[in-house]
Amino acid sequence: MDISPAPRPVLELRDIVKTYGGVHALDTVSFTLLPGEVHCLAGENGSGKSTLIKIISGVETPDSGVIVVGGERHASMTPASAIAAGVQVIYQDFSLFPNLSVAENIAMPRQRAVGGRFYSARAARPIAQGIVDELGLALDLDADVAALSVADKQLTAICRALVSDAQIIIMDEPTTALTGAEVTALFALVRRLQSRGVSLIFVSHKLDEVLRVSQRLTVLRNGTWVATGAAGDYDRDAIAGLMTGKDIDTSRVVSAVPADAAIALEVKGLGRPGAFADVDLVVRCGEIVGLTGLLGSGRGEIAEAIFGVRPATTGTIAVGGHPVRIQSIPDAVAAGIGYVPEDRLTQGLFLDDSIADNVVAASVTAFAGRARLLDRARMLAFIQSVASRLRIKAPNLSLAVRSLSGGNAQRVVLAKWLMTNPKVLLLNGPTVGVDVGSKSEILEILRTQASAGMGVVVISDDIPELYSACHRVLIVQGGRIVCELAGDAVRVETIEQRIAA
Amino acid sequence: MSTPALRQRRSGLLSRWPGRNNEGYLAALLLLVVAVMSAAAPAFFSLHTFFSVIRGATVPWIFAMGVLLVLVSGGIDVSFPAIAVFSAYSAVALTTARGVDAGLLGNFALAMAIGCLLGLVNGILIARFRLPTLIVTLGTAGFFRGAMITFVGATYIAQLPRSLAEQSTRSVISVNTEAGTTFLHVLVVPVLILTVLIALGLKHTMFGRAAYAIGGDPEAARRVGIPVQRTQVVLYVLVGALAAFGGMVFMIQGQAADPQMLIGIELDTIAAVVLGGASIFGGRGSVLGTVLGVLLVQVINNSLVLVGVPTAWQRATVGLLLLLGVGAQAWAGRRPRRAAPAAVKAPAVKAAA
Ligand SMILES: Nc1ncnc2c1ncn2[C@@H]1O[C@H](COP(=O)(O)OP(=O)(O)OP(=O)(O)O)[C@@H](O)[C@H]1O
Ligand SMILES: [Mg+2]
Repeated sequence: MDISPAPRPVLELRDIVKTYGGVHALDTVSFTLLPGEVHCLAGENGSGKSTLIKIISGVETPDSGVIVVGGERHASMTPASAIAAGVQVIYQDFSLFPNLSVAENIAMPRQRAVGGRFYSARAARPIAQGIVDELGLALDLDADVAALSVADKQLTAICRALVSDAQIIIMDEPTTALTGAEVTALFALVRRLQSRGVSLIFVSHKLDEVLRVSQRLTVLRNGTWVATGAAGDYDRDAIAGLMTGKDIDTSRVVSAVPADAAIALEVKGLGRPGAFADVDLVVRCGEIVGLTGLLGSGRGEIAEAIFGVRPATTGTIAVGGHPVRIQSIPDAVAAGIGYVPEDRLTQGLFLDDSIADNVVAASVTAFAGRARLLDRARMLAFIQSVASRLRIKAPNLSLAVRSLSGGNAQRVVLAKWLMTNPKVLLLNGPTVGVDVGSKSEILEILRTQASAGMGVVVISDDIPELYSACHRVLIVQGGRIVCELAGDAVRVETIEQRIAA
Repeated sequence: MSTPALRQRRSGLLSRWPGRNNEGYLAALLLLVVAVMSAAAPAFFSLHTFFSVIRGATVPWIFAMGVLLVLVSGGIDVSFPAIAVFSAYSAVALTTARGVDAGLLGNFALAMAIGCLLGLVNGILIARFRLPTLIVTLGTAGFFRGAMITFVGATYIAQLPRSLAEQSTRSVISVNTEAGTTFLHVLVVPVLILTVLIALGLKHTMFGRAAYAIGGDPEAARRVGIPVQRTQVVLYVLVGALAAFGGMVFMIQGQAADPQMLIGIELDTIAAVVLGGASIFGGRGSVLGTVLGVLLVQVINNSLVLVGVPTAWQRATVGLLLLLGVGAQAWAGRRPRRAAPAAVKAPAVKAAA
């Protein structure tokens, strides 16, 4: 007889209930984390993943239920008690200090936690440098976090969580802004941590990614527990099915665009020294064009230049056949260009304002009636219709955007720009952090918008998504467009090869 | 990650100029004002002017340290003049009414204890009940002044206790020049010590770093286990103590306890601190910058007096300096960062529907 006893969990949640104003974010959810495992938490947007994580880390207090960490029972945790119990979290919104340097963001919380009363910037540096080197990153330790790109912010948040000797590390969508090399480096580190006996909880909407690293899987749907099992027993479609309760279509659907369709956006010889050069780009009305490439290839910079965030220094831009001069964001908006930025949580939204105010933020002047007074009734009706078309999941539209789940916040950004009815819509990572179900819905919305005559540019790392929605895919390398794929050449493998080439 | 071209390693002293909060520009501006004034009025460039600038700056300097602490943690405090008056006046009024002299240390201790208590009221209202700091301190400022007049009194005390009165003419350095004797007041010594302590505290203690962290993002601070409420309460208590200290110094300088004193000084102080690079949105600011800001405001005020500009215009100048400080921050904040592109509220958009 050889019955090895089941290993004692390092963390156990029993019957956790959490409500926000009567709405159940979590309804009697139980969860166990075994020593040394990577446990994936999957679920649609708003299914309660982040809420569960915040309950473990003491940021939120459950209405009822029990938390057992390291053998001790708690009715609720506090941030300090969770950290003391060895829990570290990479939050979905990063939760960094924008006013402090990267080094201090990484090292200061750890020095605090070990009981330091004094802080030395000189001692912080090697600590931060250590973890940055271990991950093989090129973060500028002296930069203010506010000045970093989203990807660098995310990497800083990752470093901060990993620098403490945590027993339990929780990653809430840690790779939304990362591609290729960083993700690989992160996963290598995850495996190293695991071999040291650290347990990890991993949340991601990139299901392939999840299946690559995790041993077990728990699926939530609408705040309730649906399934837990060995990750090997599920494939992508099975998980998607559990999450949504229905089948998801990821096949390629592109409408035919006549070769002589009007040109929505034409860019010639666009360049900015140090970022990109000689960019030519034509987007016809009705067309969805994908722009992809490795992080740092300049694809984001090109989009930002077209939208006037950091204008180009050479080249011309024409919208709907008319040349336009774009030196600033208002120039771009006036020319009929809309832009859904990469960092929706800090760049695209006013987090403390209501959903309705955010949706209308870029288009409010269009609702000015006589005497410049707002036609509130017409405006509200319009907001309602856009919100329901995008299926923004919220009890009502007067709630602050901050209370939305990550994926729903993304829809608010999208709604905001659809409200302006732009001729050209640029989207930087439109489905980052969005669940599979909503992803196909968002792509469907883009198809509808294109069919109605809009020119759409999608900047994305998500190759299946480019495959599924784009007429043409352009690949950027070292600031230049090096390759264009169209028609049948748009295939997942081809894109992957060309990006890596 | 950004492209390598955008990634430059900073090193060396020169590349650190003008400093995290643009202290370098401020120092240059201060020197410029001094140079221009000295050229315009040679009498300006003298030890006497220097000592009188320091003397005039002492009280705003102390208050500015308190304001800096609050701004760094993401709040704003306009009640410190009320706390200063309440504490200093009460300490003197209560002891003189009983015909006792608590001595120099006794009087300061009493005033600062009262200041701590009043600061505690602010701190509890702000941290515990999460009320907006400007509104709370506007409210308590009115309440403190009113309460003092009701419960402590409103009479002008022309004769300070001896232990305090004799401080008004004590000096650390006195120099004989052809224009007469000029001296540096003794009270600059504790002020300098306090300043160094605050600078060290902000830079090198977890408490100081927690204040910056809270100013940067209070929710993120909570999530890394910083006791946000406790830190805020302690900060406001400290500000109360500093205000009381400033009130005592003001009284000693003026050689009288006037319940109507220090009205309107909040503008000068906040202007100086903001000019010194502290952000009104929280999380940024340094002691060095604040000191430079205070000195700049004081030098400009002195210069205006010297060239005979009426008082009303001096007030206007301070207001302008505040706007300048805020404007410079907004401008500096927009320049190097990857601006928040889509977060422009309501740009001009042609018909949508
Ligand atoms: N502070 C809050 N106030 C009100 N409702 C909230 C708050 N925080 C979360 N919710 C609601 O709780 C539900 C679960 O949100 P949660 O953030 O846990 O979702 P999620 O699974 O992490 O989704 P995503 O994948 O989009 O990040 C959502 O419906 C959200 O609107
Ligand atoms: Mg989430």
